Amino acid sequence: MMEGYEQAAADAAERLASAADLDAVADVEREMLGRRSTFTEAKRRLGDLDPGERAAAGRRLNAARERVEASVAAARARLSASGRADRYAAERLDLTERLPRTTVLRRGHFHPVTQARDRLEDVFVGMGYTVAEGPEVESAWYNFEALNIPDWHPARGSFDTIFVNLGESEEVMLRSHTSPVQIRVMENRKPPIYIVAPGRTFRADTADATHLPAFNQIEGLAVDRNITMGDLAGTIDEFVRAFFGGEVKSRLRPSYFPFTEPSAEFDISRPDGSWLELGGCGMVHPNVLSNCGIDPEEWQGFAFGFGIDRLAVMRHEIDDIREFVNNDVRFLSQF
Amino acid sequence: MKVLLSWLREFAPGIDGDPGALSDVLSALGLTVEEMTVTGAMPGGVVLGRVLDLRPHPDADRIQLVDVDDGSGSTLQVCCGAFNMAVGDLVPLARVGTAMPSGLEIARRKLRGQTSEGMCCSEIELDMGADAEGIMILNDRVAPGAEPGTPLAEALGLEPDVLWDLEVGANRPDALSVMGVARDLAAGLGVAFEPPDWSTPASGPDISDAADVEIVDPTLCGRFVGRVLRNAPAGSSPPWMANRLTALGQRPINSIVDISNYVMLELGQPSHTFDLGRVSGARIRVRRARDGETVITLDGQQRSLSAGDGVIADGDDGVIGIAGVMGGASTEIDAGTTDVLVEMAWWDPPSISRTAKRLNLSSEAATRFRRGADWGYNVERCMNRFVQLAVEQGAEVAPGTIDERGNLPDRGPLRVRTSRVNSLLGTGLSAEQMADHLRSIGFGVDSAGDADLDVTIPTWRWDTETETGVSEEVARLHGYENIERTVPTANEAGGLSPYQKDRRLVREVLVGAGCCEAQPMPFVAPGALAAVGLAEDGITLSNPVDDSESVLRTSLLPGQLGAVAYNQRHFNGDVRLFEIGHVYLPSPEGQLLPDEREFLAVALSGEEAPAAVAVLDLLAEALALPAVELRAAELPGMHPTRSAEVVVAGRERGAVGEVDPEVLEACGVSGRVAWLQLDLQQVLEGPRTRRRYRPVSKYPPSDVDLAFVVPDGVAAVQVERALRASAGSLLARVELFDSYRGSGVPEGSRSLAYRLRFQAPDRTLTDAEVADIRQRCIDETSRRTGATLRT
Repeated sequence: MMEGYEQAAADAAERLASAADLDAVADVEREMLGRRSTFTEAKRRLGDLDPGERAAAGRRLNAARERVEASVAAARARLSASGRADRYAAERLDLTERLPRTTVLRRGHFHPVTQARDRLEDVFVGMGYTVAEGPEVESAWYNFEALNIPDWHPARGSFDTIFVNLGESEEVMLRSHTSPVQIRVMENRKPPIYIVAPGRTFRADTADATHLPAFNQIEGLAVDRNITMGDLAGTIDEFVRAFFGGEVKSRLRPSYFPFTEPSAEFDISRPDGSWLELGGCGMVHPNVLSNCGIDPEEWQGFAFGFGIDRLAVMRHEIDDIREFVNNDVRFLSQF
Repeated sequence: MKVLLSWLREFAPGIDGDPGALSDVLSALGLTVEEMTVTGAMPGGVVLGRVLDLRPHPDADRIQLVDVDDGSGSTLQVCCGAFNMAVGDLVPLARVGTAMPSGLEIARRKLRGQTSEGMCCSEIELDMGADAEGIMILNDRVAPGAEPGTPLAEALGLEPDVLWDLEVGANRPDALSVMGVARDLAAGLGVAFEPPDWSTPASGPDISDAADVEIVDPTLCGRFVGRVLRNAPAGSSPPWMANRLTALGQRPINSIVDISNYVMLELGQPSHTFDLGRVSGARIRVRRARDGETVITLDGQQRSLSAGDGVIADGDDGVIGIAGVMGGASTEIDAGTTDVLVEMAWWDPPSISRTAKRLNLSSEAATRFRRGADWGYNVERCMNRFVQLAVEQGAEVAPGTIDERGNLPDRGPLRVRTSRVNSLLGTGLSAEQMADHLRSIGFGVDSAGDADLDVTIPTWRWDTETETGVSEEVARLHGYENIERTVPTANEAGGLSPYQKDRRLVREVLVGAGCCEAQPMPFVAPGALAAVGLAEDGITLSNPVDDSESVLRTSLLPGQLGAVAYNQRHFNGDVRLFEIGHVYLPSPEGQLLPDEREFLAVALSGEEAPAAVAVLDLLAEALALPAVELRAAELPGMHPTRSAEVVVAGRERGAVGEVDPEVLEACGVSGRVAWLQLDLQQVLEGPRTRRRYRPVSKYPPSDVDLAFVVPDGVAAVQVERALRASAGSLLARVELFDSYRGSGVPEGSRSLAYRLRFQAPDRTLTDAEVADIRQRCIDETSRRTGATLRT
């Protein structure tokens, strides 16, 4: 004959099998196995039995109890797996749904000229240079005279200088090159000097696809006891390899600048074997050193300079340099 | 400077070889080849033709029919689109079958029913010049008696040649001549340089009877050489001369002008010719001008002179020319001229340069004089050449030469230390090698002891006067590419300054915050500063490229708003931009240069003021700025009730908030623009917080929320300060999490809700402790600010 608890256990097994959530399982567990549950009652009643029957009845009760416990565990396992799955299903997101109003993160962009300038600075810093800066509005002394370009010098006209209405006529100007920074550094520091000076420069050029009246140059200056022209050529070479890659070669050609002697242009090689003129350089003119209170018999130096904007133009194959100042975000966010 | 291979070879016949290889040698010598063209290679099939008849095309307005005699005996009909010919003209005719320089092959064809058997050519079609307008009329350019059918190259005396356009530095006046280029190229190739000289028999009375020259100012004029020509040629130059002048970019004008140009291009010496009959007293006085003197120059312009300008005056002391720059009209050669005074002079370069610049008057002559012409034997050589060419064309030359001297450059031998040259160049050349290099370009070299040289710099190298100048010549001839490349061993650590590193950090933070870096031009239009509410005190440019770019900015605002407007006009919607750039504030008293500073600006279009404050907070945290305070203020260009001064460590360093809507409207910007501008230089150079370690508590915090009703006159920062002051050392954090206006809150006030977090480093706080502090916060904050707890 079936005991009452056995009937209850069978019912419980059925309820557990069909339980929809963990709360229903907990209900069954409490009813069957809890402090005042079916099995607790049945166990208490075992004491009423004859000692001869008690052992067999106890074994039977325990077996039923174990079956219920196993069913509870099984139901719990079933429900907690499917509950997690349901919860995750409810939270499902299509990560390709990038609505601008939700959580799309947009980074900004460095101006391409800044990127070129930073890369140049980094290469020269790696070669032991520090970075010097100076004002963009300069006096004739720094822009011309200290650089061995007296007022009558034929080279003055070639700078297409933009003058400023300050001081005497043509006494103050927007600097036409970064070379004034050389003077400012040498006036204030004793050699050895190893600096680069990037910055904005100005020429009276009408804006077109390849010209802007405001553009950027970088200047290099090394003054030490035994700096030679071979050091200049080697430094340009090392820079070119570091900046453009190992394939690119450099060469120097004689040229003329009032502030260097000997003077040179420097070219870099293109893949087709031709040469591209990149900038000017030379050994710092003794007059320039003297103008800064540096004895040219004791110290020698080299200087070089070239355009930064053009490097950005080359790197990104930009066909209209005016985009640099339009600041269209469709342009800026390409870099 | 343009040069022809054939002309160079007249000075150094050994110059030969592949034109491309010669270009490389020129460039390596510093005579940079900008362009190389092979010229005079006339296509076979182009002959001299004579126009026999011209008549309209029956069915076309824009072409006419031309009958041409091509020497074959039969008349060719050619359809031609140009109308500048007359019957009898000699023209270039490309016969059927000719391959033109453009690649076109001339074929017999029909144009609207009329046969065309060849083509009459313009300059551009034959690659002989830029003129595309009409057919070349050759009547005056071919030798007399040239017959139709003669190959054009033969008729014009053209030979295949190489034309180089060279870039010549201001230190190389000598290389502004064929001879000077030949000297360098011969040295570069190691072939002989043999400049010819010329001599011509003179006749008639001696020059001393005809003209008199006085150098009044010896600084201005170092040398004045003159000769007199009689019966000066007046017609046009022979074709060979016209061809060479044309090739070098000089338009042939007339015999005497062409000779002057020819000698200048060939040998470097400019000359000037006077109609001697019109020079009062046949006297020349070389002196400085007096203020207010005037002269009408050859170009017909009246020029007003100032003291310092060099002039040529006549026997009446009237100015008849501007020395070394441009001659005067009153003594110009014309058809009635019989006697011509030819002047070849050496002028003081600074004087010529200043005058040419002041008068904004440049000429080929001035270009050479201001770089320093040759004051040595070349002046005589050039005069000989001038006379020889003039006599060849029918002039006679009077015996005698004027040669007056002023102060010429003193170029005694220069002691050059070979050790110094080697140490400058990084070479190990012997004294002998250096001497060979220098002699190859005409420098005089004598040995001066074991390691020194006495170098005589030639008179055609005015700019070269020092040991480094001589070193440059050694380097040039040795070859820059033959200098061994080394890298100096800087005993210095490279690196960015703290300022430069922080500036990069600022950029990185802003890019991380979604801002694009804009770099507008630093100049603005007149009125643009006023348009954004700023003082119109920007420094102005004297010669702006464009009037709309004639004022230096004093703020980054106009440029940034311009960039925002540009993006809106191009349908880019709202943008987040930033800029780090210089502004130029008026010069402080007693200082020449402006007060130039580096500013930072952030413009967030479509955003309200708090967005800009959030960016400021981000920067303040990244840079560890101490005590950044916002003080509500009405600032130029800014929204009056949505802006604040940014105060860092007690000093005003910029502005944050929104741009004034009226300014936005004036700049064509729609919507709001949140704005931040800082004096970056001062901020970065100012004090920073040291980031010191504070142990993090391992005990749980207690959070307390407090909402206060705060009158509008009390800033949130005041409430926050009161909370901090009253909360004591257990306060770990205070955060405003809600601001509410509306029902339940009286008009003129808002509810500000703060979450205070309390935490002790060494224990869990008890409820009683927290309740205590909470009450203190409520009481103190109410007392200090007038805020009341919202219940």
